[in-house]
Amino acid sequence: MVLDEKVVIDARGIHYTPLNELIRQAVEDGATEIVLKNVLGQRFIADALKADVCIEIYGVPGGDLGMFMSGPVCIVHGNCEHAPGNTMDDGKIIIHGSTGDAAAHSMRGGKIFVRDYIGYRGGIHMKEYDQKKPILVIGKSAHSFLGEYMAGGLIILLGIDQKGPYFERGIGSGIHGGRIVIRGTVDDRYLGVGARKMELNENMLCEIHSLVKEFCNYFNIDDKPLMDNDYTVIGPSSSRPFAGKYTWE
Amino acid sequence: MSLGSVPLKYRIDIDRDQCMRCMRCVENCSYGVFRNEEGKLILNSRKCTACHRCISMCPRDAISLKERPVDYRSHSLWTGEAREDIINQSRTGKILLAGMGNAKEYPVIFDRLVLDACQVTNPSIDPLREPMELRTHIGKKPPRLEFKKNEDGDVDLITELAPNLELETPIMIGHMSYGAISLNAQRSIAKAVSKVGTFMGTGEGGLHESIYPYQDNMIVQVASGRFGVDINYLDRGAAIEIKIGQGAKPGIGGHLPGEKVCSDVSCTRMIPLGSDAISPAPHHDIYSIEDLAQLVRGLKEATQWKKPVFVKVAAVHNVAAIAAGIARSSADAVVIDGFRGGTGAAPKVFRDNVGIPIEAAIASVDRKLNEQGIRNEISIIASGGIRNSADIAKSIALGADAVYIGTAALIAMGCRVCGSCYRGLCPWGIATQREDLVKRLDIDSGSRQVANLIHAWTYELSELMGAAGINSIESLRGNRERLRGYMLDEGSLDVLQIKPIGA
Repeated sequence: MVLDEKVVIDARGIHYTPLNELIRQAVEDGATEIVLKNVLGQRFIADALKADVCIEIYGVPGGDLGMFMSGPVCIVHGNCEHAPGNTMDDGKIIIHGSTGDAAAHSMRGGKIFVRDYIGYRGGIHMKEYDQKKPILVIGKSAHSFLGEYMAGGLIILLGIDQKGPYFERGIGSGIHGGRIVIRGTVDDRYLGVGARKMELNENMLCEIHSLVKEFCNYFNIDDKPLMDNDYTVIGPSSSRPFAGKYTWE
Repeated sequence: MSLGSVPLKYRIDIDRDQCMRCMRCVENCSYGVFRNEEGKLILNSRKCTACHRCISMCPRDAISLKERPVDYRSHSLWTGEAREDIINQSRTGKILLAGMGNAKEYPVIFDRLVLDACQVTNPSIDPLREPMELRTHIGKKPPRLEFKKNEDGDVDLITELAPNLELETPIMIGHMSYGAISLNAQRSIAKAVSKVGTFMGTGEGGLHESIYPYQDNMIVQVASGRFGVDINYLDRGAAIEIKIGQGAKPGIGGHLPGEKVCSDVSCTRMIPLGSDAISPAPHHDIYSIEDLAQLVRGLKEATQWKKPVFVKVAAVHNVAAIAAGIARSSADAVVIDGFRGGTGAAPKVFRDNVGIPIEAAIASVDRKLNEQGIRNEISIIASGGIRNSADIAKSIALGADAVYIGTAALIAMGCRVCGSCYRGLCPWGIATQREDLVKRLDIDSGSRQVANLIHAWTYELSELMGAAGINSIESLRGNRERLRGYMLDEGSLDVLQIKPIGA
């Protein structure tokens, strides 16, 4: 087994299944760093990959990057298609660009950092359990229904370069666990059903600052303007949103 | 104004001459019907759910139960049930919740289908003496096979075969999650299927460690809540099933109430203790048939294309077109769940009114896939209201490859279909997480009874096939010529593609 090996794979014209086979083979051979060049829409990159490896992706990966992934770090130099980190278990996805809808869908662990924008329903149904707590940090902005059905974890939206406060509808619609943190103020009318504003406590602020630092570090952004307490915390009004909906036959 | 109380649903009576005051009824009833007041047995019939636990445990047969002991003024439209539902909802303003499958008196198509047997012109087969092939393969079948002659002059198969599940009998047990049912119930079923050589579903509840020894007989489910789903889970299953819908409540998601999320359920599902486990109505990465294909392929990619992936849908009006889409998605089987499918809890209005019967769904899916020349691409698994081996034979003759049973397997473990599963107090230890109740279900006897049931039905199937001169389940599949419709209208006969009796 060779350690600390860097493997370069040219993904041009390769279908996702053989591409993932090449990645798995490289991991098996002991690669700790894999560089994927000329990626163009291949889905499921690093799907269910369980390894301690860093994958640098050049180009635009297709949907479901890092689906079910457990451990690797994926760094995307470019934009990303929809649902990166779908049901991801552990590891990191760092996107130097934007991503489509349903980013971090049902994610149960690990971290995703998106430098720019994400589409609709980001962080939908993220969930946490025990030591596993998924984290999604977005640099610029997100479309509606951020953190919909959220059952756990943490979403941070930094609103970098945005004019005025966040104004997308349905924030945390159906949320029953976890927290959504948005930089600046958020008008109540943008909150979804079951979501409410919560107090920003010291522990939370500590966690936010540490994640902001990590975010800024990846993307070479000055963290100073973000290290204050100008954040709105949104959480569930109940962990049992359906408890009062039914009557027995 | 007060609505007052509605009449008793059930009245429990004790034959005081027979009763020996052993108080077993008091111990066994988890709903609190019986109480022992200084040696005197006191009853509260209002709490009774007709679960029959007390009746089955009474050593003297001293307990009797009567349904609806109080008459309403008779009316064929405004039944007692209709009136009581209105009273309940005008009191609470809430959605009515009900357990088990569709309880409405729709005609049962199975009961209007009759099977064929041989007389004179073609001999029937005695399954005791002749081999009967009930082994069933679930998964894609190649449209053609290619062979090559090797150096030894032998032929080698060069067509790559898709992974299939091999079942010793076309009977599997459907998905009932740990959470909806107890761990002892799931373990009993798991032990039974591994003994019989068939498969069961995990439901959307993850895979508890104590089920790992039976993982080769488990179909792991991925539903919209993605509970318990990680790569460990996917790797352990023999097959993966994407649940899109359920026959008991098509179009809506599922909620496991927080009360049922105990510490063990919480760690198996990987959700916090006591929080509602909410499965949204749609999968939020599936808004189209193309998206479904993406999830199928995502799961296949995750397991390196080594495991069959099933897609389960509720039988709804356009189920045939949906199944044709599924057949083109790389999926290996479509599970169709008819409107009589069971459930732990469903809004009554859905349970009783949404979806179509499984018989019609099987026939129309089989027909559509045949018409499009893609029947080999996908197996059909039928579920929802299968009560006996005749229902299975008829399902297969209508075009199914295999069936899932659910309620029947629960009955084999003690369930009496009282339909109060959502209460979490199942005195048979099946639909409950209360430790003292769960303990009542002995895994050895539970598994033996479930295995017995599958054996018995498999025997009967082979007898039915033998009588029809069929020695392989393959020859029964989609063999509508061996079915006739009895008192079915022309439209239904056309959908089922069968002739009426005598024709």
